[in-house]
Amino acid sequence: MNPALTFQNLTLGYDRYPAVHHLETSIVSGSLTAVVGPNGAGKSTLLKGVTGALTPLEGHIEISGFKADDIAYLPQQSQIDRTFPMSVIDLVAMGLWREIGAFGQIKRSARERVDAALSAVGLTGFERRSIGSLSGGQMQRALFARLLLQDANLILLDEPFTAIDAKTMADLLDVIKGWNDEGRTVIAVLHDDATVRAHFPSTLMLARELVAHGATDTVLTSENQFRARQMCEACASTPHICGKDAS
Amino acid sequence: MIWDLIIAPFADFGFMRRALLGCIAVSVGATPVGVFLMLRNMSLTGDAMAHAILPGAAIGYLVSGLSLGAMTIGGLIAGMVVALASGFVARVTTLREDASLAAFYLISLALGVLIVSTRGSNVDLMHVLFGTVLALDNAALILLCSFASLSLFTLAILFRPLVLECVDPHFLRSVSKLSAITHFGFLALVVMNLVGGFHALGTLMAVGIMILPAAAARFWANGIGALIAAAALIALLSSFTGLLLSFHYSLPSGPAIILVAGIVYGLSVIFGPVGGLVVQNLPRRHFES
Repeated sequence: MNPALTFQNLTLGYDRYPAVHHLETSIVSGSLTAVVGPNGAGKSTLLKGVTGALTPLEGHIEISGFKADDIAYLPQQSQIDRTFPMSVIDLVAMGLWREIGAFGQIKRSARERVDAALSAVGLTGFERRSIGSLSGGQMQRALFARLLLQDANLILLDEPFTAIDAKTMADLLDVIKGWNDEGRTVIAVLHDDATVRAHFPSTLMLARELVAHGATDTVLTSENQFRARQMCEACASTPHICGKDAS
Repeated sequence: MIWDLIIAPFADFGFMRRALLGCIAVSVGATPVGVFLMLRNMSLTGDAMAHAILPGAAIGYLVSGLSLGAMTIGGLIAGMVVALASGFVARVTTLREDASLAAFYLISLALGVLIVSTRGSNVDLMHVLFGTVLALDNAALILLCSFASLSLFTLAILFRPLVLECVDPHFLRSVSKLSAITHFGFLALVVMNLVGGFHALGTLMAVGIMILPAAAARFWANGIGALIAAAALIALLSSFTGLLLSFHYSLPSGPAIILVAGIVYGLSVIFGPVGGLVVQNLPRRHFES
């Protein structure tokens, strides 16, 4: 049970306001973990911390067994500008960034892998379509194809199934299972309890601070969910300097 | 007849040939940058930067008169300072980039107008504001062509990260450290092209040859490569036509060129095949799914 990620007294936030507060736990390598919690619980912030986009206000994140750039990250879709004139294949092929970087060309073998990734998410034939013409579900399929090409050890998904229909979700869950079978570590921010129970063996419940982390059955209880809501509401009141600070 | 109208001005007069070469350099260098400005919803940023370089050019003028080198260096420094300072404020504070850029360019512009009006004459102000494309000397032409080459070269290098920075900046940040370099490198290109452009067209008109062809091209092309090609073509056509109009009707050349580009833009809005008004209202059957 080697940890892939260890959060040590981790506090992440914006402008001194913590969004993740003194988090202390670890994610087992090769696990399939759902991150749940109310809005504003710090779920997306935690993922941004892991990608390195956000520097911890306190504590740190230890990555073990792989390099820090061996992480694939699916941001929330609203952060992508789909009016930009870009074809589906160009977007998906950027998953090869670690191989091709800013200047490398896409060789024939790599091109075949791009085609395979598109076919794995059911987008064969969409190569030349512009990303603006895709539906929400098709766009999410394209982004999963990009994740497939990134071939990363740790895969972070921020609300991958928001506004996605059942068929697309089932297909994308198959992709996630495939990653898990290959021994990759997957962490997904999710809102739907039924999906979490059905497909994610372990769950981390956040309400800025850790509520519970472990097997999904033991974490997704009504007591924990009630406690998480209460903790988030308490956080929303007037801020004061945190007393848990070491210094 | 056609010879007299179109070819003769360039065949007979050296200053027209120089003006044409200068305009070609500005068109080819600035329009790709303009296309990216448009696609990043930063068209007005180009305008703001154009105002920001004024005090630098003015200080250069104060130091050594109408000197190409001094005014160029001054403009570059002023533009870079405003770009870096506003980018810095936007990245480390909660102020959005548009607001912080507005703050810095207004300070810069006020400073520029103050300097020009206390120390220079109105003629000089007109020169900085509206350029002198019909009086480009060798040094100015070399400068314009160098800037255009450097700009295209840099854009070619930054192309892939720049596209990603536009479409999906979070993804770029997750796979590479080039995000900040790309952002500031791109702003540097904007400044450099505007400084080059102001020798030919003036600080206010330089941004026109950057943005108007890009906006018009949006109605003719879909892909990024096609957009850049279309924008450059429109800029070249506008430069050529504008110069001829200014020659035959004794009009100031900078505004003539930009107005032609404006006319092309207007026609594109109406007749452009990609989402133009006419096409939108044609009775067309939709595709089978």
